[in-house]
Amino acid sequence: MNKKNITLLLAGVAGLSLSGIAGAADRHTQTIAATCMTCHGPGGHSLGAAPSLAGLEKSYFVQTMKDFKSGARPASIMKRHASGYTEAEFEAMGAYFASLK
Amino acid sequence: MTLNRRDFLKISGAGAAAALTGCATTPSVARGHVVVVGAGFGGATCAKYLRQWGPNLDVTLIEPNDKFISCPISNWVLGGMRTMKDITHGYDNLPKHGIKMVKDYVVAIDTAKRTLKTRGGATISYDRLVLSPGIEILTDTVKGFKEAEAAGKVVHAWKAGPQTALLRRQLEAMPNGGTFVMSVPAAPYRCPPGPYERTCMVANYFKKAKPRSKIILLDGNPDVVSKKPLFTDAWNTLYPGMVEYRPNNAPVAVNGKTMIVTTEFDDVKGSVLNVVPRQRAGEACAMAGVRNDSAGNWCTVNLATFESTTVPNVHIIGDSILASLPKSGHMATNHAKVCAAAIVELLAGRQPDPSPVIANTCYSATSSTTSGYVANVYRYEEGKGYVSQPEGGATPKGDELNFAYNESWAKNIWANVLG
Ligand SMILES: Cc1cc2nc3c(=O)[nH]c(=O)nc-3n(C[C@H](O)[C@H](O)[C@H](O)COP(=O)(O)OP(=O)(O)OC[C@H]3O[C@@H](n4cnc5c(N)ncnc54)[C@H](O)[C@@H]3O)c2cc1C
Ligand code: HEC
Repeated sequence: MNKKNITLLLAGVAGLSLSGIAGAADRHTQTIAATCMTCHGPGGHSLGAAPSLAGLEKSYFVQTMKDFKSGARPASIMKRHASGYTEAEFEAMGAYFASLK
Repeated sequence: MTLNRRDFLKISGAGAAAALTGCATTPSVARGHVVVVGAGFGGATCAKYLRQWGPNLDVTLIEPNDKFISCPISNWVLGGMRTMKDITHGYDNLPKHGIKMVKDYVVAIDTAKRTLKTRGGATISYDRLVLSPGIEILTDTVKGFKEAEAAGKVVHAWKAGPQTALLRRQLEAMPNGGTFVMSVPAAPYRCPPGPYERTCMVANYFKKAKPRSKIILLDGNPDVVSKKPLFTDAWNTLYPGMVEYRPNNAPVAVNGKTMIVTTEFDDVKGSVLNVVPRQRAGEACAMAGVRNDSAGNWCTVNLATFESTTVPNVHIIGDSILASLPKSGHMATNHAKVCAAAIVELLAGRQPDPSPVIANTCYSATSSTTSGYVANVYRYEEGKGYVSQPEGGATPKGDELNFAYNESWAKNIWANVLG
């Protein structure tokens, strides 16, 4: 087995171990996304002035979160929230919210 | 070079090894009976997410009240901006999530046998127990409070309900030129900005209806506990001369006949008295033996799972826990989600998320058209607890946009808890 294969294999192991706690990896995303729903409504469907998040396109979501964090998009409150999460979490949450109908 | 399974395990380490064996055995589906005590912000949310993430779990939710009456927005009722109807919601949707609702009050918990007893006489056993009973108000800590409360003269209105309605009636009956005296308990207490928001809501009402009236705020703390710039700005600019703030003035006694609050320094007379005594974790926590901080007031938990640090299989969420986190409804619902996720993983034989992230936001109205907020994100780190992330903080001044988002927040959190 060559080096490349080992690397791949190790990546596989990491993947497996992630899916072993995968429950946890996915659950982490589901849990943080659920905390957003306190303001953005159950399932990402807002009942008030805050925007809905369900069905937002992933790339738009990720860029928006980055822009909130950097300040490029001005916001009443989202800079405070977006700044608490990593880009990997933006990606994972973006895929999740995009999947919500 | 070839890697056999042994090498594989060597390289990947114990964690992955455990994960691999996990994969090799039965598919891990969370099963068991989870009993949740209290259908307030924490408990109702937890029951919902337990069923959502653990569809094979049996979930029982025990609550004595017919209706959910929200503390958030209850200060707006005192200010005449909303009615009791606006903050009262039904529990009708919860059974649709497969939650078994039991209308009863828990009176005893046996954590060795994993059973609990209700006032109605039922014995219920659990695999895991979640306690979200809110707060017990230490009415004995202010002399005369119990008598004045029983006589309907002085209320705390720190649990939304009949006391909220009574306090509103007292304010309506108060003459123009009267004095409203309110006290703030020493921290930690439910809703750090709550007393100051209440002051603003009552001031907003007085300004319109009884402009010669005064408010005296007796604070048991050395300074405004939460969002000081926001509230002092409101008192100075929106209600100049109306609010008198006295730090380090915890009430020691109250008399509902003479209408006097006694502090260490003074006797303060008022037309309407609103004394909010100190608090501790709800009684159900004492029944389970988990009110285990040094003073026996609050519950210490593993903050990644909300399991008691001393009693296994018992989780505590919401206002009852001891942590450097604000006691808010927003927080209670987020404890609930992390706790539900952890229980689902544990009952499936998996390791819970080792680094959950939660957030808090407390909006407070400063008038009938303006609000401000405090907002923070907290990331759990092993050995450190929840670490506040950068850029958290509070608005220095209330505005109309935040008022709209404050209203929006209430609608959405209620729908999250009860919808
Ligand atoms: C005036 C005021 C304003 C507030 N404003 C805000 C705000 O704007 N934003 C915010 O985030 N938070 C706010 N809060 C705080 C918020 O109300 C609490 O933090 C929140 O209710 C805590 O949730 P909990 O689940 O711990 O308790 P609760 O919501 O009080 O729920 C506890 C439930 O348990 C039940 N129970 C108790 N004992 C038993 C038993 N033995 N058996 C069965 N059931 C039992 C009770 O009947 C109750 O329904 C405010 C509080 C006050 C007082
Ligand atoms: C306290 C309430 C609150 C919380 C919690 C909250 N948001 Fe927001 N969100 C808002 C508000 C209000 C706006 C409108 C922008 C602003 O003024 O901040 C918004 C805007 C957004 C937008 C822009 C939507 C669009 O259509 O352009 C996205 C994306 C977003 N939030 C994602 C999130 C995510 C992800 C989380 C959780 C990590 C989250 N929000 C948590 C209140 C909140």
